[in-house]
Amino acid sequence: MPDVQALVNDFVLKLKRRKIEGSHASAQHTAELLRSVISHQRMPYTNQAGALIDAVKAVGEQLIAANPVELAVGNIVRRVLHIIREEDLSSTATAIEGLGLSAGSDDDDEGQHEDRPALSAAALAAAARSTLRAPSLQTLLEDIPDSAAAPQPPSSGGDSEGKSKSDKNIRSRKLKHDVIEAINELIQDIDTCHEQISEQAVEHIHQNEVILTLGRSRTVKEFLCAAKEKNRSFRVFVAEGAPRYQGHVLAKELVSKGIQTTVITDSAVFAMISRVNMVIVGAHAIMANGGVIAPVGINMVALAAQRHAVPFVVVAGSHKLCPLYPHNPEVLLNDLKCPSDLLDFGEFSDCMDFGSHGGSPLLHVVNPAFDYVPPKLVSLFITDTGGHNPSYMYRLIADYYSADDLVVKRRSTS
Amino acid sequence: MDVRRGQRTVIDPKVRQVGFVPAGATRPPARSHSVPTDACSSSPPAPELPLSGSSLSPVMIPPPRHSSADGLPSLSRSAASPVPIPASPLRRDTVQIPIGSYNPSESVLGSSPMISPSSRLDAVSEFSDEVPTSAWLGRSGSGKFASSFPSSSGEMMTMKITGGGSGGGGNTPKSSLTTASVVKALPGVSEKDRGALIEVQNEGISKPQKQKTSKAERRAIQEAQRAAKAAAKEAGDQFVLCEAVKPSASSGGALPASKQGKVVKPSSQKKDGPQVTAPVVPSEKKVGDRIPDKDRKKDVPHPRMQFDDKHRVEKAKRRAVVNQSEARNRVELFRHLPQYIHGTQLPDLESKFFQLDPMHPSVYKVGLQYLSGVISGGNARCIAMLLAFQEAIKDYSTPPEKALVRDLTAKISSYVSFLIECRPLSISMGNAIKFLKNRIAKLPHTLSESEAKSSLQSDIDRFINEKIVIADKVIVGHAVTKIRDGDILLTYGSSSVVEMILLYAHELGKQFRVVLVDSRPKLEGQALLHRLVAKGLNCTYTHINAISYVMQEVTRVFLGASSVLSNGTVYSRVGTACVAMVANAFQIPVLICCEAYKFHERVQLDSICSNELGDPDVISKVAGRNDLNHLESWADNENLQLLNLIYDATPSDYVSMIITDYGMIPPTSVPVIVREYRREHLWI
Repeated sequence: MPDVQALVNDFVLKLKRRKIEGSHASAQHTAELLRSVISHQRMPYTNQAGALIDAVKAVGEQLIAANPVELAVGNIVRRVLHIIREEDLSSTATAIEGLGLSAGSDDDDEGQHEDRPALSAAALAAAARSTLRAPSLQTLLEDIPDSAAAPQPPSSGGDSEGKSKSDKNIRSRKLKHDVIEAINELIQDIDTCHEQISEQAVEHIHQNEVILTLGRSRTVKEFLCAAKEKNRSFRVFVAEGAPRYQGHVLAKELVSKGIQTTVITDSAVFAMISRVNMVIVGAHAIMANGGVIAPVGINMVALAAQRHAVPFVVVAGSHKLCPLYPHNPEVLLNDLKCPSDLLDFGEFSDCMDFGSHGGSPLLHVVNPAFDYVPPKLVSLFITDTGGHNPSYMYRLIADYYSADDLVVKRRSTS
Repeated sequence: MDVRRGQRTVIDPKVRQVGFVPAGATRPPARSHSVPTDACSSSPPAPELPLSGSSLSPVMIPPPRHSSADGLPSLSRSAASPVPIPASPLRRDTVQIPIGSYNPSESVLGSSPMISPSSRLDAVSEFSDEVPTSAWLGRSGSGKFASSFPSSSGEMMTMKITGGGSGGGGNTPKSSLTTASVVKALPGVSEKDRGALIEVQNEGISKPQKQKTSKAERRAIQEAQRAAKAAAKEAGDQFVLCEAVKPSASSGGALPASKQGKVVKPSSQKKDGPQVTAPVVPSEKKVGDRIPDKDRKKDVPHPRMQFDDKHRVEKAKRRAVVNQSEARNRVELFRHLPQYIHGTQLPDLESKFFQLDPMHPSVYKVGLQYLSGVISGGNARCIAMLLAFQEAIKDYSTPPEKALVRDLTAKISSYVSFLIECRPLSISMGNAIKFLKNRIAKLPHTLSESEAKSSLQSDIDRFINEKIVIADKVIVGHAVTKIRDGDILLTYGSSSVVEMILLYAHELGKQFRVVLVDSRPKLEGQALLHRLVAKGLNCTYTHINAISYVMQEVTRVFLGASSVLSNGTVYSRVGTACVAMVANAFQIPVLICCEAYKFHERVQLDSICSNELGDPDVISKVAGRNDLNHLESWADNENLQLLNLIYDATPSDYVSMIITDYGMIPPTSVPVIVREYRREHLWI
């Protein structure tokens, strides 16, 4: 599958060069890429889910390494893995009945056949549990292997081989097909999450509200526009969001929808927040502890909002939900951008002289891309599944990811 | 990234260094201190006596220098100079005013406090939005200042004496001085009986010399009478609002002097001891005892002009020298502030250069520099303005038939209103103008024009030198003690005094790194960055949004301020509040560096009620980013407004310490400085 590898390499390169940025774009690209990886994956006769998972993990590992800060990539890889597991589970469930029937007829294989359904059922139960909740002591004790399909012995009795072969052929097609179907749904979800989020806008924005936002987020834009379409009239303060100044774009978009918009400098956030009823911002990623990785500057806004007891609302699609717990996220989950956003190289070339001061330059320019907002500063998350508290995020994450995938790394044994 | 973490542990940034460590050698030597509360409440000897030689620790707020200088002598010697002269040597040699000779003019001042509650409003408004109408407003303003300071007995006493001079016709015996000093009063002390006594005594006195013929003189007397009448009214019902005083004052004027004297009495009286002498100096007493409630009223700053008040805006427009066109998309929330299309004034002004007859060229030049933003920053603007006024005063000559005091005050006021049209005054400028007007009002009439002018010029020089240049040096000396090796200091924008601190600390060989935070649209930090890097300081530059990121490694935050208000709020370049807030969240000490002449008695809770709006156009354009043209035609869309705030208010709980020329104080002590020392700025 050289063509797939080329696609992967291409995407990895784009991620590395930050050609693809923004969680929405990268999530979508990742899902599409994984879909083509899966569709090109040659399916073995046995342990098909395992093979798929391995393939996805191999690609996912590269993608995540390409830009570890772009958490949406990892999220989508995990989502796809989760999808594979689920589809496999459901196909196993249908297969169990068939196997149960054949077990009765073949006497010599009785022992094996007895064995299999029992094991599968246990796996099924365990897998079902694991999809619904985070790993528990029970699942650990039951020692259920990685994938539900994995424990199946490589081959069953000789005489049943032909039968099971044809059976598996159908199943393999079906599994792949189902997985691709599910990924398509995922892609669609990513695309339409804005609509589902913005449907909730009227519940949160009332007449004459004053809303503050920083920078530009498509979700925020849709959210505000949706409220405007419902004939709510309100006022929006947009902080420009240095160094990208996407606030200008947002302001233009909002004005074209007829929303009263005032553009302020980032430094005026504290001055204005006392007159604001609600802060609505987008996010780069939502961590499992309820913390938010957001465009730089938002922590400042959150602190100001807290000071003035203004609700701080984060709107984000579920593809931004990251199952990881952050450690030192301000540094480890951050990107330092080009200094030229802040300083003109031409003007400051004399200051950036490495030679004259013992090799270390006097001037450093810090231009981080993200801020980490701790969960205590967030009042509410609005995702496509509704509004949630920061403390509930870990639970929401269990719905989307299976606990086995938190670390996307191919097992060395396989 | 790991490096950053490592550095931080070395310095242990989480320890708040808010303590008030004595600054030792760097402190100006001669200052003495007293406990502020004493100064406010107790009788004069208590605060004054302990102050002489004690070394001050920065926590203690030293009393006004002059009070220690004159207060003591006046208490002890009857011959002490009645003119309150601050201890500073500069002042000494420049403004030696003969004691006896200037009585007439002083008398005006002395009596004027009576009307000050109302007149003061006018006086203040002179430089906020109103063209001053007459010189006596200024004078009365000055009078009120004196009377508003119960703590500094020395000055007060002298005021009283002069007041007595007016009442008694300038022939008050010298001996009264001693007694007057004792008069320092607790307001509530048995007023009734004393009042009666005084009344009797007053009967005999009365009649200031009507024979003096000069216009100014007559006016002075008239004013004294008005004041007396006002006092009478006040006496009628103890706590008349200052508004009530005004009408009565305006109607009065032709009162018989004897009546005036009588009326005065009930309100006066403070002390049993001084009573004996009271007959000699009735009006002086009156001044003294009215201080408490009048003082309270005076402390309320005059309301600013609200630009959503159509009527007043119209009025102001008619007077305006500069044509300004209103901005089209005004921000609703800031209707009360002037919102003009920036840049429209400049060509208009230029074309008017030869028609602006009364405008002195140097003032005109400074106005243009404000307008174009060439001069910015509280100190720079203040100094530029004062120097321009100095020029103007140098070239000033009193027109015939006019008194220098009044005419010059009017002139200065017209200059000020011109400057306001160019750019709203900063609080530092307001204080400087108050000072200057006060000096003009206090000019003795006996001075010749050239003497008066040179006296004013040297006053201005002294103000710049003492209040800004030397104050900065003191602040630098204090602040440097807070910088340790290995520190990472954060500063925001470009503050002149913070720059001096950093450079001085670098000169001392301290090893530290500077984090410079900057923000659009002015990007003042870049210029500062250039200067610091050129001097070899290790700098990190970033924008304000990244503040949470850089704050992790910072150990101290040094910020400048445009003003410190008396509730401890720091009024400063927009964004300062954000920086202080984030520093507070990271538990990093925030040190505000601000000269005491920028303190103001106003209070403010948010950044909305009073602020300045900059040119909104600069927001739509980002320097060096030609791709960002989304807001190009913003003015065409009525739904879109751009807001360029200039200042914001940092709540006092984010501030660990304010470093000022009086030492290092907590924000809670700002009102102490404002109240106890305000007089000093005005009275130098």
